Amino acid sequence: MLAALLVAVVFLVGLGAGWWQLTGQDKRFIATVLNGLTLGALYFLVASGFTLVFGLMRNVNLAHGSLYLAGAYIGWTAADATGSWFFGVAIGFLAMALAGLALQLLVFRRMEGQDLRQTLVTIGLSIVLADLMLWQWGGQTYQFIPPDWIDGTVRLPMVGMGYSEYRLILFLAAVVIGVGLWLFLNKTKVGTMIRAGVDDRDMLAASGVNVQLVFCVVFAVGAGLAGFAGVVGGTALSIAPGEDTRYLLASLIVVIVGGMGSVTGAAVGAVLIGLAEQLGLVYSPTYGVVYTFLIMVGVLVWRPQGLLGRGG
Amino acid sequence: MASISDDRARAAAPGAAVERAPLRLPKGWAYLPLALVLLTFPLYANGFWIVQIGAYSMILGIIALSLMFLAGYGGMVSLAQMSVAGCAAYFFAILGHSSAEAISLGWSAWLTLPLSLLIATAFATMIGLLASRTAGIYTIMITLAIAVAFFYFTRQNYDLFNGFNGFAQVEPPHFFGLDWRQPLPFFYLTLVVSALCYAAVVYLRRSTFGLTVQALRDNQRRMRALGYHVTGHQVAAYAASGFMAALGGLLLVWLNTRISPGTIGVGPVIDILIIAVLGGLRHPIGPFVGALAFVLLDNFAIDLIDRERFNTVIGLCFLAVVLFSPDGLLGLWEEARAALTRERRPRD
Repeated sequence: MLAALLVAVVFLVGLGAGWWQLTGQDKRFIATVLNGLTLGALYFLVASGFTLVFGLMRNVNLAHGSLYLAGAYIGWTAADATGSWFFGVAIGFLAMALAGLALQLLVFRRMEGQDLRQTLVTIGLSIVLADLMLWQWGGQTYQFIPPDWIDGTVRLPMVGMGYSEYRLILFLAAVVIGVGLWLFLNKTKVGTMIRAGVDDRDMLAASGVNVQLVFCVVFAVGAGLAGFAGVVGGTALSIAPGEDTRYLLASLIVVIVGGMGSVTGAAVGAVLIGLAEQLGLVYSPTYGVVYTFLIMVGVLVWRPQGLLGRGG
Repeated sequence: MASISDDRARAAAPGAAVERAPLRLPKGWAYLPLALVLLTFPLYANGFWIVQIGAYSMILGIIALSLMFLAGYGGMVSLAQMSVAGCAAYFFAILGHSSAEAISLGWSAWLTLPLSLLIATAFATMIGLLASRTAGIYTIMITLAIAVAFFYFTRQNYDLFNGFNGFAQVEPPHFFGLDWRQPLPFFYLTLVVSALCYAAVVYLRRSTFGLTVQALRDNQRRMRALGYHVTGHQVAAYAASGFMAALGGLLLVWLNTRISPGTIGVGPVIDILIIAVLGGLRHPIGPFVGALAFVLLDNFAIDLIDRERFNTVIGLCFLAVVLFSPDGLLGLWEEARAALTRERRPRD
């Protein structure tokens, strides 16, 4: 929480500075911070599913990036066929939720408790999936066309500069989904089961809960979120081969920083990494990755279990 | 350490898959025919087979061997071994000669060779320091993150790593009046380095250090209670395997005469893991067997299927090995032998 507060303070100070004397420098800084926040929102959508699956099943799903890219491609195809962007979003979510369900039922359930083997299988799957997607959709870049009413520029109050409306909506959507996930995990019965499973899987099974069903729900939601992020992220940026690796790396670093298995941690980590990446890109283009990396190293040295991770 | 609770760390320890008795492979003189075949290989093979199949397999084998040492004996599956190899290759190009005149310092090979090995080993040690903060499955995540971050860094940094282009015309040094670029000297150089690395791993396996690392894999808590410095031994294992990977990296840059981010991208990083798992993680010969299978597939898959779909083929092979033969091709060998001699494998 401390880190989240810190980020908020930095952000507000930045905004405040821009309010008083708006030079081009300040505008660039604000735009960069906003880009960082929206990128963080996107990272959160991808990483929250990754961290949920990891927390409950101890399964490092290294094919999570492939789910993101597959969701984006399938959503694009659906949107292209029907002309409806929202249909594309829904299909991206549903297709990957089904894919996640299939993965859990056909692959992971058969090798429960063998963490290394599961991880190796996901690596194999990600290689095959990346190649098959390259085969099906080719090497070109795809771009979504979102509906007109969310695809404009808004003038920000206070600072008086234009910013992409779609990106702001993406940020809001991520906040809504994050709050929704938090409510789901903390206020519903299934959520309670999931949290109990994260803490002690065997005890949960012993108290009569159908753990396999809980696993399926979590995997479907996690994979579906990756597919959803694929479509909305593909709209903000673009989709191309190689994006799967990028979002896998982002998910890995976000959950290492935020703490494995913690959705709140994923939110904090995602905002930190998104900001570091964008600020690095603008202010020192050839050393940008180093900031992201240093954050990860710092967290590992200071709190190996992650900022909001438990255990240890 | 004490980062992740020990219970969880143990449940996640990859060593669980390799805790069984070591593979029973032929011993001693049984290797004589293999040595003879390798030594006389250039007599009946052409340049393509000597370099692109023979030497290339051995180089990948060396890098995969460094992973096998860490994963098989230490239970630490590091995906950053290719990055360490790439680091050695990069610094050989940066300190020595290459096409990028503005960056390369042009130092003598007598200096660049040990320095690049040293820098890469230091890099591996730092990876070890970071990765040993966590255990088991977390190691994979952290080392993968390091490997991918290193790849993106070399690609975007033009001051030191020359960005997307990397370095070309990186020649092996002309030691002892020989041009080591020629197929024959290069093949024997690779063979000697492979044999040394293999012997080193076989020796380390039985040494006090090697036994300690294996004991750490099996029960970290007990070893700590006995007074062993857990992190120290683990980091030392990273350093030793990093040195091996660095040797492989130098040979690789001499073979290709170029190093660029593509050489250390996610694909090659994962390939090393595929090779090690394909061959088998329980015996140091495994990575070489896996590398040979990988290189043969890479070169001749074109005859079987579309060249473009190589990744699908290798991915499916990898999946098949992970799903059906956890000990890789070596495991298949053992099973075949057991079936032939009608010998029951001891059940665990």
